[in-house]
Amino acid sequence: MLPRDLKSESFATYPPEARAIVVQHLEALRRLPLAFVPSLLREAIDYDYRFPIERKVLEKELSTLSSLTETQVHEWFGSFASISLSAGLEGFDWVNLPAQFVEQEAAYLWSTHQLDSFRKAATEYGNRLEQANKAEPLPMQRLGIAVVGRGVTTHSGILFRNLRKHGTYFTNVGPQNGLETLLAAVGERAKTYPSPYAHWYVDGGTPVAHGAGITSVSYDALGSLRGSLLKRMRAEIDRPGMGPEELRTVLARLTPTDLGVEFNADPVLSRFELKLFTEGSGTQIYSTTFAQWTAREVLRRAQAATLLVRYAPRQRQRPMNELLAGGHGEAEVDAPGSLVDAEMGAYYHWIDQQRLPDSERSGFIAWFEGHGEAVAIGPSLSRRTESNSAIDLGKILALASA
Amino acid sequence: MNVSSSSWRETAGLVSRTRREFLRDAAGLALGSAVLQASPFVRAESARKKRKVVVVTFGGGARDQETFAPEGQENIPQMLTEMAPQSSFFTHVSNQGILGHYVATASLATGVYETLNNFASVAPEHPTIFEYFRKELRRPSSDAWVVAPSNGFHRIGESEVRGYGPGQGARVILPKRLLGLASAGGNADLEHLLHDNYETPLYTPVLAGGEVELQQLEMILKLSVGDFASHARTLSSPDELSLYIAKRLMREEAPSLLWITMHDIDVAHSGAYSLYIEGIRRTDRLCAELWKAIQTEPEYAGNTTMFVLPDFGRDSDFDAGGNGFQHHRTGDPASRTTWMMVLGAGVRHGVVYDTPVQSIDLVPSIGAMMGFAPSQSSGKLIQELV
Repeated sequence: MLPRDLKSESFATYPPEARAIVVQHLEALRRLPLAFVPSLLREAIDYDYRFPIERKVLEKELSTLSSLTETQVHEWFGSFASISLSAGLEGFDWVNLPAQFVEQEAAYLWSTHQLDSFRKAATEYGNRLEQANKAEPLPMQRLGIAVVGRGVTTHSGILFRNLRKHGTYFTNVGPQNGLETLLAAVGERAKTYPSPYAHWYVDGGTPVAHGAGITSVSYDALGSLRGSLLKRMRAEIDRPGMGPEELRTVLARLTPTDLGVEFNADPVLSRFELKLFTEGSGTQIYSTTFAQWTAREVLRRAQAATLLVRYAPRQRQRPMNELLAGGHGEAEVDAPGSLVDAEMGAYYHWIDQQRLPDSERSGFIAWFEGHGEAVAIGPSLSRRTESNSAIDLGKILALASA
Repeated sequence: MNVSSSSWRETAGLVSRTRREFLRDAAGLALGSAVLQASPFVRAESARKKRKVVVVTFGGGARDQETFAPEGQENIPQMLTEMAPQSSFFTHVSNQGILGHYVATASLATGVYETLNNFASVAPEHPTIFEYFRKELRRPSSDAWVVAPSNGFHRIGESEVRGYGPGQGARVILPKRLLGLASAGGNADLEHLLHDNYETPLYTPVLAGGEVELQQLEMILKLSVGDFASHARTLSSPDELSLYIAKRLMREEAPSLLWITMHDIDVAHSGAYSLYIEGIRRTDRLCAELWKAIQTEPEYAGNTTMFVLPDFGRDSDFDAGGNGFQHHRTGDPASRTTWMMVLGAGVRHGVVYDTPVQSIDLVPSIGAMMGFAPSQSSGKLIQELV
């Protein structure tokens, strides 16, 4: 089937709100090439479970597509239309399984050396869409906070090497009540600009008390979900004919109900939490990976105005000789290794934040928990600068927000 | 900050220049264009019969910024200070194929960008270097070996192409699989260790014939199952086990063409940056150990050329389609552009070449060194090596 054959009945199995919005823009979809449409449907099929900002972005995109003239459609989608797809892909049920189609399409593009053409077409489309749908300015400056190194007593390496190039490095930070100060600032921002899923606190361990109006996700709180998911994955792997691609298809279809774990009353957040484990790699095993990936997804999808990520020590990777000696031993943690992971995670947190609108006025802080080192980035802070003056995190927050 | 990518060509060129400048500064290497004399291989024609080649894929994909860029130098002390000054170093090696480890290794081994399913148990679609080598030079099966990390690589040694194919390629040894067989029934916690690869950590292709493999362990490597398992208990990673097996092969079989695929670095797929860095440092150490072994093993000393190259890179920090070092899925310049170090017999010491080459150029270049012509390879000769 090709997009021009789409009918409203084609979307009969879509959740109600997703079906409504797709059918509303059916004529626009019918004019677009197959190399493109499933990518859009992948977003649309989950419309009922998307964050408010994602819904808004999708609505704008569909409206823009509906408004294009035939000439503009040709200009915008000529590169996608020139990508050749296999008969197998054309025959795939891409309406109902758009994510799986996109995965197979990617494999096909790799194998036929069309990936670079697709990347170019996608980048050009993204630029055009950005021009057409200018993002509305945030009512407040976006703020990112990364708290790293919990459980590390001493550290001799260079900390925040990547981030220092973009801001001011503080070496004499008073660590007292540091986490409380930072969480209080997040709470204040949630009060000043109350909006669903705008203010987040992600913890790689057990979350500490935090204010109302903050969306919180933590590794420990999702322990039962992780366990159920791993059990399900093992059961699927043992089935005859199961391979990595089939497993990914199964995972992509999973819903919270399938796992029989009641972990959140909020259906939007439940889906988000499940996807952290079904789409993330390593999130099921290492808490540092979980924290970094969650930060990425919170920024990419919810476009959080405030995001505090606190990293916790992950489990230690046991070397081969230990594994061969047998026994599971005690669940040890690797605090120094986790600091290295978290430092890179903090850098990615900042990069992901810079991809969002209004990035030129955003602020960012990374703090070595319980210690005197921090780095702050903001419009008024000097780059590649070091400050040895005594300062507390409240003042650093003020500087990053100025 | 501008997070958009430069053009592919610009970025790849920048990566290569960074490597070159760093190597020149740090290791005192000369630029290839300044070296005017003819290749040492021209004078080494008579030595071809004894020539041995060892190829090491610096396994699992490593980026410039964690290896040869200035900020990565602390991770590769052995390669930088001991090996680079003795090597011809190619700063701009690109891989235009599919960036999955099995398919990319198959492409390296055939000199053609293979399009097979990375996770399927299939043979390369074109003749491998091992088949060309054995057929044209009439070498026995004991003269070409592959040491590979996972069950998914068990068919890497030969294609199914008419005129080549089964029985005419390399023998493949899978140390982790041997360890699993040797440790069967014990109390070892092998589930994590023996997972097949880091991209699909819970999935391991099932292979038959374990008993035969264990017999080969004893007959070829002259190693009892018990001794093998005992020695494995002293090692910290699968790549250390691979090196142990490779050294044993060199001692007992002395293959002329030995291909070792390292894989520890691919732990990066778990998202733990510290483990990725540990993997690079370990691979650096293992490459230096192998180079030392080559220089001390009588069958190899003085007549062996060693190639070290990553199969590909990993995604850039700035490509929104990826998640930085964790994967190699975007096809961006950082994931496609790597380097290659060539050391040993017939190779100029301390020379850096900026000339763009492709990973599929490896096969015809080795063919020219050893005296066979890989007729179906689409790679080109690397002139600086022949």
